[in-house]
Amino acid sequence: MKSTSGMPVRLKYEKLGKVRWIGHRDVARAMERAFRVVQLPLAFTEGFSPHPKVSFGLALPTGHESEAEYLDLVLAADVDLDEIPAAISGALPAGMAVVGARRLADRAPALQEAVTAVAWRVEIAPRAGTREQIAAGLAAQTLETMRHRKGRDVLEDVRPVIRSIDVHDDTTVEMELHTQPRSAKPGEVLAAIGDITEVRALRTHQWIERDGARLEPLDADTITVGIANAEGGSAAAAGSDSSRPYAPPGACVTREGIDVRSGTSRGWDDRGRRDERDERRGVGHAAAGSG
Amino acid sequence: MSDLWPRIEPLLARVEKPARYIGMEKGSLAPDHGPGRVAFLLVYPDTYEIGLPNQGLQILYELCNERGDAVAERAYAPWTDMESAMRAAGVPLFSVDTHRAAGDFDVLAFNLSAELVYTNLLNLVDLAGVAVRNEDRAPSDPLVIAGGHCTYNPEPLAEYVDAFVIGDGEEVIGELAEVVGAWKRGGRADRETVLRDLATIPGVYVPAMYDCEYDGPELHAITPRYPDVPAVVDKRTVADLAQWPYPKHQLVPLIEVVHDRLNVEIFRGCTRGCRFCQAGMITRPVRERPEEQVRTMVREGLRRTGYDEVALTSLSSADFSGIEGVVAGLVRDQEGTGAVSVSLPSLRVDAFSVGIASEIQKVRRTGLTFAPEAGSWRLRQVINKLIVEDDLYAAVDAAFSQGWRRMKLYFLTGLPTEMDDDTLGIANLAANVVAIGRKYTKQASCTVSVGGFVPKPHTPFQWFGQNGVDELARKVSLLRGAMRGTRAQLKWHDPAATFAEGLVSRGDRRIGRVIERVWRAGGTFQEWSEHFSLDRWLEATYAEGLDPDWYVTRHRTRDELLPWSHIAAGLHADFLWDDWQAALAAHGLPDCRWTPCYDCGVCTDYALEHVVASPTPPAGGSQGTGQDLARGGETQVAFLSTRGTGGRATMERRELAGVPSGGESGVPASSEGDEA
Repeated sequence: MKSTSGMPVRLKYEKLGKVRWIGHRDVARAMERAFRVVQLPLAFTEGFSPHPKVSFGLALPTGHESEAEYLDLVLAADVDLDEIPAAISGALPAGMAVVGARRLADRAPALQEAVTAVAWRVEIAPRAGTREQIAAGLAAQTLETMRHRKGRDVLEDVRPVIRSIDVHDDTTVEMELHTQPRSAKPGEVLAAIGDITEVRALRTHQWIERDGARLEPLDADTITVGIANAEGGSAAAAGSDSSRPYAPPGACVTREGIDVRSGTSRGWDDRGRRDERDERRGVGHAAAGSG
Repeated sequence: MSDLWPRIEPLLARVEKPARYIGMEKGSLAPDHGPGRVAFLLVYPDTYEIGLPNQGLQILYELCNERGDAVAERAYAPWTDMESAMRAAGVPLFSVDTHRAAGDFDVLAFNLSAELVYTNLLNLVDLAGVAVRNEDRAPSDPLVIAGGHCTYNPEPLAEYVDAFVIGDGEEVIGELAEVVGAWKRGGRADRETVLRDLATIPGVYVPAMYDCEYDGPELHAITPRYPDVPAVVDKRTVADLAQWPYPKHQLVPLIEVVHDRLNVEIFRGCTRGCRFCQAGMITRPVRERPEEQVRTMVREGLRRTGYDEVALTSLSSADFSGIEGVVAGLVRDQEGTGAVSVSLPSLRVDAFSVGIASEIQKVRRTGLTFAPEAGSWRLRQVINKLIVEDDLYAAVDAAFSQGWRRMKLYFLTGLPTEMDDDTLGIANLAANVVAIGRKYTKQASCTVSVGGFVPKPHTPFQWFGQNGVDELARKVSLLRGAMRGTRAQLKWHDPAATFAEGLVSRGDRRIGRVIERVWRAGGTFQEWSEHFSLDRWLEATYAEGLDPDWYVTRHRTRDELLPWSHIAAGLHADFLWDDWQAALAAHGLPDCRWTPCYDCGVCTDYALEHVVASPTPPAGGSQGTGQDLARGGETQVAFLSTRGTGGRATMERRELAGVPSGGESGVPASSEGDEA
């Protein structure tokens, strides 16, 4: 994130279960509300209409789940990054949780430009011949499909987007897609290959590939120090009380049962457990933010 | 006991805004439906985005779920795409909280805040798998109950809704739970039993307990069928808002909705006495929330929800006795904690209001909205919206001088006694507003919104024959011509929709079948222009052998039995008639909060009192402040910042903005001592 004052931070978060039906802008609003609830000391832009310095990565299509979403923000005061995931997660809707936070280098490239590939696990409707069809699709020079762009239907070749597709079993395929210069939704890729119906899709990874290395965004452009300080943050921090706790006692809850780790992905068989968690979190005011 | 989610979810990929159907709002609950509990499904018969913020529904949601003997969940009208998908898949109406079928609830409780949603009520009852007409329902079916402002004329839905709640719902919801609970424990023998018991609850109207007799087209009598059923159903009123600090956990939706912010109700009721305004008539008297409670609700609400905007809601927010203190406190509280914006819907038209607005809106001063409602002082006296032109110009001048650039003005057309000169006065006002703005900025603009007037029950205008479609269209076109070439923009409401609203607004029981026909012909979401068709309404009316003009454009006479005469908002019929005559004579009536009681009937009959912290009217408002209303002369304009008691935080702004000092001192007693 381009920033010369304050402490840039990258967060990794997940979006699982019922909440997958909210859109990218809704996710952004939910995050910003959560930041306010836990009183995260965000740096603000200057000017006529100040807004918090937060920038989101690639949009996740509405209806899709993800274990690997990212956003960058700038803090105006010192914060213990180890406490951030649990604190923010407590203020997020059920199914959304921050699972990692790292100090980001100053002037790190924006996520939307830096991420070069994404991995998906797609549940498909079982049908005979899927494996052969996918093999044929991968062997094809072009795979044209109708896509809706800026209010018009356009014929596009999605073959260049595909890096790999592995057929796991009758109902599961894993695919890795390029995101630069443009990407495609897994359902669009499957539709271009043939009559393969996507039932559910989970983004499992995003990758930043640079100089032959392949990095998870929390490992790229981030600084692995224990507790970071807001270097050069004096200008932004002026006027804000850096001793103020960003998460007052009782304002957030640690999400029971949430796996605060990153990198490895969970399988479909975890879904039942996740939905159960959604149910639990939906119960009572206490669980909804103050207990 | 069914969770329909597994059947709902596969439909979501194919519909617009799927998050309308997932629930999961912060503050939402998954209540435990025990066998001993009465399950209410609170239904807002319009889209999720319109219905979710409804404060009445949210208050009842919390109150029910706090009770040991009741639970409540919520439902909203699925949009047409979702409804088709649900009907095709055999999925009934469901709650968004736990995705439980509507048919599993004991009560479907509808909020009715607009007449054109009535067809949606029928549709939702049908989608719940329940017979749409009362008489066809079985004891196992949920009871269909409705509340909200529209229930002050319940007759159009009398054959479709089992019971109506008239007035404030905070207390009566518990009484409903007790009666329905007893019926449930008794094995739900037959509907007649529970309906009769419901009819004995004060404020509850059970239409099946009344017979209507007609003499030709005219209503002859509305008579209770049993001696223990009241001949007149009086509204319920919560005497002290301080006892009801709800909603305590305002719902925070995951998608954008209307009024997407923290809403804190600062008072209920309004005695400005605008004669067209049903809300102001039926919600009397004024009951203010204590200033300290307002502050607490704002502080706690912002902290809990993470919203960065709060609205202080009421029918005229600048009239709140503690408004300066609350606003100053809010401004002070948010210093250093990031920007929280405050909005005051329904601002009175005067410079005092602008002073308040400038206090809370330090940046992004773009648009302000005022509602003069009529284009001439004469007509404003008719409707008792006692704003003299100088009030408006002073307000607008203050606003432009302090950096606002766009003024929005709301007007009604088709008002009683309105002549073309009055209508054209709107164009004149708008032109003058633009001229004032041009003194300060070249970007000055003014948007005029004109709505067609629909006479409402329980107002002095309930006897007035509404303007027809052609007449309203003529007035709009007159105005369009007059405003062509000016820098003011005109927007208007569709006169055809105004006509349909008028048909239902003062309809009797026979209009119910018209509503049913419109629904059966596919007429849902009638508030949405893409779904509205007046032809459908007219055809349905003729098919029922009724004359639309008899309902809409006909003037009523004093001796006529009005279809809502057995429902009482506390206003004496004599008061309303006298006020109607005063209107025709263009006589204004002052605000009884600050002037002697003129006995409209509400306080005296119901032993209620205004709950107002300050005995002094807020400065700047011309109404009830002792000025000669009939003359419509100059008004004392006092700015918030110039009425200072030294050392007030507000002093700085005056100097910065260059607003001249001086003017009357009229600091409400309540704001003393609140300043640092």
